[in-house]
Amino acid sequence: MNLKEQLDLDALIYQMAQDLKEYLRNRDITSKSAMVGIHTGGVWVAEKLHHLLGLSCALGVLDISFYRDDFTRVGLHPKVKPSSLPFDVNGRSIILVDDVIHTGRTIRAALNEIFDYGRPDAVILTALIEREGRELPIRADITGKKMTLGRDEYVKLSGPKPLKLTRHQVNE
Amino acid sequence: MNKESTSIQFNSQGRLQHFLTIEGLHKSHILEILDLATSFLTVGKREVKKVPLLRGKTVVSLFFEASTRTRTSFELAAKRLSADLLNIPVGASSTQKGESLLDTLKTLQAMHSDMFIVRHPGSGASHFIAQHVVPGVAVINAGDGRHAHPTQAILDLLTIRQHKKDFSTLSMAIVGDVLHSRVARSILQALRILEVPHIRVVGPRTLIPKGIEEWGVHVYDSLEEGLVDVDVIMMLRLQKERMQGGFLPSEHEYYRHYGLTAEKLSCAKPDVIVMHPGPINRGVEIASEVADGPHSVILQQVSNGIAVRMAIMAMVLGRVAEAPIP
Repeated sequence: MNLKEQLDLDALIYQMAQDLKEYLRNRDITSKSAMVGIHTGGVWVAEKLHHLLGLSCALGVLDISFYRDDFTRVGLHPKVKPSSLPFDVNGRSIILVDDVIHTGRTIRAALNEIFDYGRPDAVILTALIEREGRELPIRADITGKKMTLGRDEYVKLSGPKPLKLTRHQVNE
Repeated sequence: MNKESTSIQFNSQGRLQHFLTIEGLHKSHILEILDLATSFLTVGKREVKKVPLLRGKTVVSLFFEASTRTRTSFELAAKRLSADLLNIPVGASSTQKGESLLDTLKTLQAMHSDMFIVRHPGSGASHFIAQHVVPGVAVINAGDGRHAHPTQAILDLLTIRQHKKDFSTLSMAIVGDVLHSRVARSILQALRILEVPHIRVVGPRTLIPKGIEEWGVHVYDSLEEGLVDVDVIMMLRLQKERMQGGFLPSEHEYYRHYGLTAEKLSCAKPDVIVMHPGPINRGVEIASEVADGPHSVILQQVSNGIAVRMAIMAMVLGRVAEAPIP
């Protein structure tokens, strides 16, 4: 099912990039920042943001499967991608990018994984979509759009070309 | 091994619950393990070489036979998955198979262990243990007699894939004591499942199992001939401790015919890789110049071993639980 009002994702991401630039400039951390996308949708958004911000440091990629809290219930996803942070995490300001923030559990897992690479100075959370339903005390610093969805609804980002957001029912 | 003992590896949903033998696995299982192991490889290169997957799980390494490298590899794999590890070196002489093996098992199960990693001189020992553990406890075969060494076969495949990419065009020679080798047995099964087209075994007739040609394997007496145009050479260790006379005239004689030297290596393709499961008998089955040379991937096999064992341990303990997922 498509969203009633089809979002202009490129415009959203462009606005996020502007907000991020200002955020980094206000804190004077632009030069030591590095970006990390969470696999898969977060990486798509991160690739665009990384380009718009013109960051010199290569884009990092996280697959948080090894850090999930439901491993003993659901097992491993058979297609776990290797994580790759092609820079020294120590002393960096990490811009962590995901597509949708919902329960917050993915972000919890991503934070744990980042700290196993080193000790960043700060982590800035960026999400294309922020919806209600948090189960952990986590909120985004930069958001593309806040959405209100029913409990039995979710949104899914498909991509990478073109990026498209669709709305679904849980048992659809 | 009969059908029942190979199917014990899978639960009712067809997922791995033990890892005992390559036999009975499908191509998709093997490729899934290889993909997962590739992801685990990066963990070993990080500042914190650990992921929390098996936090709170207890893994018991139960070695009835001396082993340093396999045991160490499994121990590191368990620790990098954050499991608690209990290492029990059990002398084979002090424990007879049967009753007392079961007693050992019962004792350890009473301590709520989640996984046993078993190395045993008796073929089929890990199957026997898998048949007797309580449901939910996983068993991994770390080598049983002359039967199987499945984790070694998978790490060999991962090493091959890192260099050769495509199994469907591969030409591979396995050289040496194939008869006594569980490593050879397991890798041969795996190569067949992956439909590797050209498989050769090279060695003196006394060390080649009779009827092996029926597996679609070509047998060579001469090392030089057997190595012509191969992509991968797997040298096997001359298993002195498993041989009681009659198989070979002398080690020196063996080296002269079947020892891999730089000269003999030149018969193979220019980009050939040389593998060896270790420990190496230098000057018996392989020359130092080859073992330490540019074609050797022996140390890479060791690094890959940890990642492959992490993948297998994660797969058998991460199976779908009985309770439905909310």
